[in-house]
Amino acid sequence: MMEKLIFGRYIPGHSFIHKLDPRSKLMGAIWFIIIIFLANNWLTYLALTVFVLTAVKLSEINPKFFINGVKPLIWLILFTVILQILFTSGQTIWFRLGPVVISQEGMLNGVFIFMRFVLIIFMSTILTLTTMPLSLTDAIEFLLRPLNAVKVPVHEIALMLSIALRFVPTLMDETEKIMNAQRARGIDFGEGNIYQQMKSIVPLLIPLFVSSFNRAEELATAMEARGYKGGEGRTKYRQLAWENRDTIVMIAFGLLSVGLFLLRT
Amino acid sequence: MSEIINVENVTYRYDDEDQRAALQDVSFSVTKGEWVAIIGPNGSGKSTLAKTINGLIEPDNGDVTVGGLALNEKNVWSIREMVGMVFQNPDNQFVGSTVQDDVAFGLENLGIPREEMIERVRDALDKVNMLEYAEREPARLSGGQKQRVAIAGIVALRPAIMILDEATSMLDPQGREEVLRTVKEVKEQENLSVLSITHDIDEAAAANRVLVMRDGQMIQEGTPESIFSYGEKLIEMGLDLPFPERLKASLKKQGIDVPQDYLTEEGMVDWLWTYVSKK
Repeated sequence: MMEKLIFGRYIPGHSFIHKLDPRSKLMGAIWFIIIIFLANNWLTYLALTVFVLTAVKLSEINPKFFINGVKPLIWLILFTVILQILFTSGQTIWFRLGPVVISQEGMLNGVFIFMRFVLIIFMSTILTLTTMPLSLTDAIEFLLRPLNAVKVPVHEIALMLSIALRFVPTLMDETEKIMNAQRARGIDFGEGNIYQQMKSIVPLLIPLFVSSFNRAEELATAMEARGYKGGEGRTKYRQLAWENRDTIVMIAFGLLSVGLFLLRT
Repeated sequence: MSEIINVENVTYRYDDEDQRAALQDVSFSVTKGEWVAIIGPNGSGKSTLAKTINGLIEPDNGDVTVGGLALNEKNVWSIREMVGMVFQNPDNQFVGSTVQDDVAFGLENLGIPREEMIERVRDALDKVNMLEYAEREPARLSGGQKQRVAIAGIVALRPAIMILDEATSMLDPQGREEVLRTVKEVKEQENLSVLSITHDIDEAAAANRVLVMRDGQMIQEGTPESIFSYGEKLIEMGLDLPFPERLKASLKKQGIDVPQDYLTEEGMVDWLWTYVSKK
């Protein structure tokens, strides 16, 4: 069951990208998704592609994983691309049939959208494959910290996030156990029509909820017994270290953004 | 010897409507460096008693004093620093995402500087023999290992008292033995007072003193030897019979005259060979 999850698909390694601070990786990935919308011609897309492929190369991860990342979304991508191709009108029209128009501009738009999708997926795959979920929560906590000023409980959000991540495998195990226990009592999961399938989920969902409540209570008691009284006055065991390579990556992103601005039409 | 825990006439009801109080007029004390086991059937109030000691539960009546401090709103956090608690379910008390994060959790709460934290985490993990697992995630540990991490989390805090609230009840015999051995070692090294709540006969036998509870009341108190000499009555108290007692009961059925006093395994072996050679 665990293999299907995107979280925890971390692949250990010692590449340049692996060693980066999770903050620079997270900021980079988010920034990339923003600047990709600047691109609107061949040259800009070429620059983005070269940038992403360099990152893929630097991560030293088997390209197969990136292709696998695109696979589940391929139908969605193709659907969007085809819609773009069929319904964009332009000056150089190649084919017309009622509302359906295939133009040179439409064709080009379709290709660009395809590239946009693939590049975003590649970039986020680099982030999730080279960063431990744990480091990601650390990075999120750090990046959210300014929100403290507007009374957002950043420490609580980060704690919830890290507890949630820590309990994912535990709850998966429990789900599996309850499913097997209910199967042993004669419940068929995934059989019959939609109504029957939904009904068979109930004997799984309710025990899972009840046990989560019990877990939460026990965990809260254990935390309190260990002196947890909120975010104030706490020190941190984990520390993120910003190094030169992180600055280099940020500069690279900066140059890419400037380049896109200059090259776009 | 100085008393480190003193509980006087504590009464507690979970629900005001309840007919029966979870704790009725319970008094006992623990001296420094002592290992006290609390036994009793399910629902006898053992866990409730443990929770009153570090202020997770506020008693309706009576006084609790820990390390010279009276338990009240003001002292509760200082008392929690003195009392480390290990709970029953190893999964539900594991806060951190990895072993070392979990051990550091209590230290983070106290605001210990990071350099000292690193050193204390290493030291605590070393004491429970889990140093090589420092980077592991809880999902990849066995129940006994998780319980050892929980102990390390307490050891790192350097408390004066360790409370084991049925900490070994969900473990297999091997894991149970492992955890008990760890507690014993840590207790000797740090001169801890240990309060263990248990159904496990070996854990009770390791104690200096055994308290027996039933229906929220303290009904017996004594050394393990004196408690174990109750023989068959132990089962009503929520304990198993120790192996020598079971052997004695079987011998009695065969018509062999056995001594009334409790014998340890060695004592039993001694008695057996004298008995056989006399024949």
